[in-house]
Parts: sequence; C-alpha cells; structure tokens
Amino acid sequence: MSYLNNEPIERHTFAVLVDNEPGVLARVIGLFSGRGYNIESLTVAEIDHEKQLSRITLVSRGTRMVIDQIKVQLDRLVPIHTVLDLTDGGPFVERELALVKVVGTGEHRVEALRIADAFRARVIDSTAESFVFELTGSAEKLDAFVDIMRPLGLAELSRTGAAAIARGTATI
Amino acid sequence: MTAAPTTDQTTAAPKTMTGAQLVLEALADQGVDTIFGYPGGAVLPIYDALYQQNRIKHVLVRHEQAAVHAAEGYARSTGKVGVVLVTSGPGATNAVTGLVDALMDSIPLVCLTGQVPTHLIGNDAFQEADTTGITRPATKHNYLVKDVNQLARTMHEAFFVARNGRPGPVVVDLPKDVQFASGPYYGPDICKPKNYKPQTEPDHAAIERAIDLMVKAERPIFYTGGGVINAGPRASELLTELVRLTGFPCTNTLMGLGAFPASDKQFVGMLGMHGTYEANLAMHGCDVMICIGARFDDRVTGKTSAFSPNSKKIHVDIDASSINKNIRVDLPIVGDAGRALELLLAAWKKRVAAKPKIDAWWKQIEFWRARDCLRYGQTKDVIKPQYALERLRAAIQGRDDVFISTEVGQHQMWAAQFLPFNKPNRWLTSGGLGTMGYGLPAAIGAQIANPGALCIDVAGEASILMNIQEMATAVQYRLPVKVFILNNQWMGMVRQWQQLLHGERYSQSYSESLPDFVKLADAFGGVGMRAEKYDDVDRVIAEMLAADKPCIVDVAVDPNENCFPMIMGGHAHNEMLLGPEDRKSQDPTAREEGMVLV
Repeated sequence: MSYLNNEPIERHTFAVLVDNEPGVLARVIGLFSGRGYNIESLTVAEIDHEKQLSRITLVSRGTRMVIDQIKVQLDRLVPIHTVLDLTDGGPFVERELALVKVVGTGEHRVEALRIADAFRARVIDSTAESFVFELTGSAEKLDAFVDIMRPLGLAELSRTGAAAIARGTATI
Repeated sequence: MTAAPTTDQTTAAPKTMTGAQLVLEALADQGVDTIFGYPGGAVLPIYDALYQQNRIKHVLVRHEQAAVHAAEGYARSTGKVGVVLVTSGPGATNAVTGLVDALMDSIPLVCLTGQVPTHLIGNDAFQEADTTGITRPATKHNYLVKDVNQLARTMHEAFFVARNGRPGPVVVDLPKDVQFASGPYYGPDICKPKNYKPQTEPDHAAIERAIDLMVKAERPIFYTGGGVINAGPRASELLTELVRLTGFPCTNTLMGLGAFPASDKQFVGMLGMHGTYEANLAMHGCDVMICIGARFDDRVTGKTSAFSPNSKKIHVDIDASSINKNIRVDLPIVGDAGRALELLLAAWKKRVAAKPKIDAWWKQIEFWRARDCLRYGQTKDVIKPQYALERLRAAIQGRDDVFISTEVGQHQMWAAQFLPFNKPNRWLTSGGLGTMGYGLPAAIGAQIANPGALCIDVAGEASILMNIQEMATAVQYRLPVKVFILNNQWMGMVRQWQQLLHGERYSQSYSESLPDFVKLADAFGGVGMRAEKYDDVDRVIAEMLAADKPCIVDVAVDPNENCFPMIMGGHAHNEMLLGPEDRKSQDPTAREEGMVLV
C-alpha cells in the first residue's frame, strides 16, 4: 500500500467482546502479527462468567485504511461478538493501572512519597527501604509518574495496559 | 407413567454413541456422501466406524495434501462442502497447504484431524502436533474438541461456518480418547452456532445508488469474481441476465471464469496480469466499475496507484474486510452476491426502460479487441502450447459436462485464456495461493462428484510431479481423469520471469531428468500417450477422450514460448506487454520496482 504512505497515522482504541474460550486471544494476536498491524496495548479479562464473555481492550496505530481493516478483520473472527472503535464512537474514557516499586532511603524516599501524593498514587506496600505505589490514569500520566520516579529509585514497574469505555448511556 | 413413543426428535432423549460414530452421524446429517482421507493411529476409531457403515464413501488418497485438494475439487464442482479426514501430526501438517489454498480461494471444507488423547496433549507425544495452533491462520476457523458432549454441536457448527458467509476451510481436531468416549448426538437443527451471523442481505438504499451510477455510466464494466460462483449457480444466471439487460461489457477474474458465458460477445475475457488487452484497458478506462464477488487482488490490479483512475467503483462482497483493503471504492455493498444481483436486476428492470447508449464505449472496446492479443505464431515445426489448447477446445466444444482443473504456471494462464468456460463450477484452479500440484487431485475430486463427466487436468511437467502419486488413487477408483501436460521442459513461468526480469539467468528452472510420462502412466496402471509433432496433437486428444482409464498425455510444446499479454509487476493495466517485441519500451526504473513484487 505504498501510495498510502503519506496518510496520517491515527491512534484508535477498540473494545472487543469475545467468547472466553481457549485460543481466542491467539486468534486476535495472530491476526495482528499476520497482517502486520501494530498492537500498542492489549488487555483482556472475563466480564461475564455465566455467558463466558471476555472483553479485550486494544490500542493500535495506523492509517485510516488500516484502522478500518482492523475493525472488519476482527469482526469476521468467529468467536468475536462485537467490535467497537471507541475512538470513532464519540467520547470515551481510557484508564490504565500501574504498580511501581521504588527502592531507596533518606531524601529520595521522602520525595517519592511526596510526588506519589501529588499524583494521587496509593501506597499498597512499604518496607523500611521500599514502596509499591498503585496509580491509575491515562498512559501519559503513568509515563510522567514513572519518569519522575526514575532518579528517585524506580526499581520495577508493572502496567496493565488500557481499559476503556464509552461515556454517557451508550453501551457496547 | 409410560412414555408414549414420540416422533419429535428434539424432545426425545438424544441417542448415545461413541465419538467416532457421532462424527459419522453428523456427516450423514450434513448431507455428506464422500470424504477424502488417509488413515493413521489417531483416527483409527473413526476408520473403524467407517468400516462398519455404508452411508459415507471414503476415498483413499496417497498424500494428505491431495486429500484436501480433492475435497476442494469436489466442493468447487458441486457447491457442497468438501470433507477431509486425516490423522494427527504429519497428517495434519501435510494438509496445511491445501487448507491455505481453500482459505485463499474461499472453498468450503471441513477437515477432521486426529489428535493424541487429551491427557497426552502438550507432552510431545508420538505424532503430536499443535494442530489448532498451526492451522489457526490457515483456516476460517478451527476447533479442538476435548469433551465428547460438545462433539455433535461442534461438528454442525463447523459445517455452518464453512458454508456460510465467505466460505472457507474449518478444522475439527479430534483427540483419540474423545473418539472412543460415549456421548449424546444432537441433530443440526438444535445446534445453531452462537454468534456467527454473516451479513447476507445488502443495503437496499445502496442498491438504488448503484443503479444511479450504472444508469449514468458512459463507460461501464462488470468485473466479477469467485464470489458469484460461491453464491450458487442461480447467481451466475442472474449475473448473465443483468449483463445482457444492461448491455455492459463483462470481465471475470481467474476464480470467476464461467459465471458469465465466455462465448457471449459482451464477455471481454479474463482481466489481470495475463488478462486480455480489451479487459484490462476497459478496466483502466471505465467510468463506472461494478465489482461483484472479487477482491481487487494484486494480480488483478497491477500498480494500485494507477488502477482504473477515473472510475466510480461499486463493490459487492460478502466479506466486509475485502472492501477498501487494496483499492478504495465509492459504493461498498456488503452482502451475498446472488442476493445483490437479484436486487440489482429488480431495481434495474423497475427503473430503466431501454439499454443505455454506450455505443462509443463498445466501439473503443472493439478497437482494443481487434488487437487480437492472444494471437501467437504457429508454425508446423513445433507445437505451440496455445495451439494444443485450441485443439483441445475444439474437441470439447459443445459438451456441457467438462471440468477443467489446472496446476500452476504458464499452462494455467493459457488454459484460462484459451478454454471456454460458459457455466459456473466447471473450472478448478488454485488462484490465490498458486499451489503447484493442485490439479490432479482436484480433477479426482471433481470426477468422484461427477461420474461420467470429462475431467481434465491441464498441467505442466513440473507441477504434475508435485502430486503425481495421485495417479494411484485415480486407478484404484477407476476414475478416467485426463492429465494433459504441456511439456516445455521448464518451470515455464519461472523461466519467463527470469527472462524478463532477471537478465536471462535461468537459475534452477530447467526440468532436468524428467520421467517418461508414457511409461509412468503405464506403471501406475493408467494409459499414456505423447505428441511430439504438430500433426500428433489431434490424434492424442482423440485417444485421450476415448480412454476409459486414468490417462497422461505428454505434449512436447515450444520450450521458449511466453505467456502474453502480461502486466509486469509494478505496472498499470495500460502498460501491458503484448509480446516479446514490447519489452524494450518498458521503463527500466519501473522494472526494478516491479522486481521486488512477487
């Protein structure tokens, strides 16, 4: 698709309802790797135990043509119920959770705690020499927090990737 | 309380049987009469159950890849779902090429694969392979059945998925313990799939907008593909009626040949890389393109940025992902090709009284047609491959029961160009994947499905060797399939590209150490014949048609002949080569760009 190279790249968030069955995630990931689409973030968890439904939140980047293809390609996988392009669908909220381990003593430790407070991060574990902070927010907010923690003894990081949902009364 | 006997099966307690019997019961309920397969350890319970029944006929192939191609030939020539049964591990991996072939060409198949017992899965057991993992991108969908209680439902769902929407291959992986276990059998009626609901009904407003465009068109063209054939024979009739009613020209893709009669004067031939001059220039110059059941594949479009630059494009496809994938269209219509044609035809009849005046467009097309782009220089010194096919065409002219399959390469393109396809489901070729070795097993599948019909595999001497073992299958089942080899002693299409794009360096493309095909046919128990001279051609064709056994005809053709017209990689429809003399005029930079294309 060389003639499309000058089309702008867009970032889109998709909400995907799937049957919670073995292999369904492999189908989604295989589709992306097989067709050369990029995955910026992917989260998945069961949301309805009785109906065996899981929800995948997927963030990708591509030209308009690629974004449209991602939606219809996902749509034709048999265990996929619904694909919603949240970015096209109107306003939506997107949040990510991070667990951040910071190791240190003295001034750095005090400073880390002060900044965590400013970011409204919660301390969910602490020892004399470490904290584990829990922080939710946009990917950018998490990035900013991590950057500040780096010189203050950032030791380990675990992030969930984005979860997203449309604003207002609309449902998938 | 005594239960009264009931005829209502849905309320009766389900019958209990073994997994192997469940599989056969489901096949029978799905209307399957024939399956193609090869036994092995992990499918022995099913083969045992097969032995003890006579509803389903099993055709023993000699290689699992051929089982899938034979099922494709069966499916393509009947419109039914083809069924394959292979064992675990190598049985399944050998089937993969055929599965991808069916996926690319939208052929409905159900492929049953044996698997090691559930408790051994993941243990690297003997003949274990991660079949669902390997075939995930090779199928439309696949299943691993770990619970015999789910087996009946899964079998019926597999058939539903294979035949509905855009058809394709479905794998059902069956662990051996599940084949032995006992479980309930449910019929197809109570096993509706949960959420696979392809859109078949086109948007009616879009149909009206399509008619708006068609009515105003000055230079229209129908461009139709395999989707019309997959929509059933009625769709081809509707297409023919619509094309004749509008008076528009019609071109078919390789997969779509036969949907519109090739003998009709509104047919401008196949389009694409080796399509006709008039079809490609009409595509390039049209102002309204009506694409039905085709997918703008790169063999059709050539250079996408220069593809039909001034046309409004209408695209009907049952697969939404085929729309705007390669080429942006102006009016997408998602739905079944047959249903869309029905609606288009009805709307056209309602709104249009007389054929639109497009005389100037036809005059232009006739001017292009007068170039006679398929002409070739025949002398009596050597047999031209085109000549051999023209003689074959003459010999089968007027017969309604001719099924042509091909291998892949030059001979395939010549067959597409020179043989007449006037009805759907008569042309079996590997279009999307381009699988050498497809033709003989496909002809076998077609012959099994159409006893008494004339099934000819137009082959090259290189391709045929890729599944030559299937001669044994043909002999075993007394199938009088004909293998018509255009033997140029080269992998002809490879040689052609090396000549045109790689400085005539013929790397590894010479067919060295060829077998004696006449003796080979004889060794298998078939019959062989050879044409070496111009005068031999008619004789061997007559002998071939008269033969009541599997037959190999070895036609020694001009080794230097190239397949024209040709749109080289990286070029547009209006930059076609019509013959060797055209080559010098090509822009060398575009040639380099084209070299990286396949």
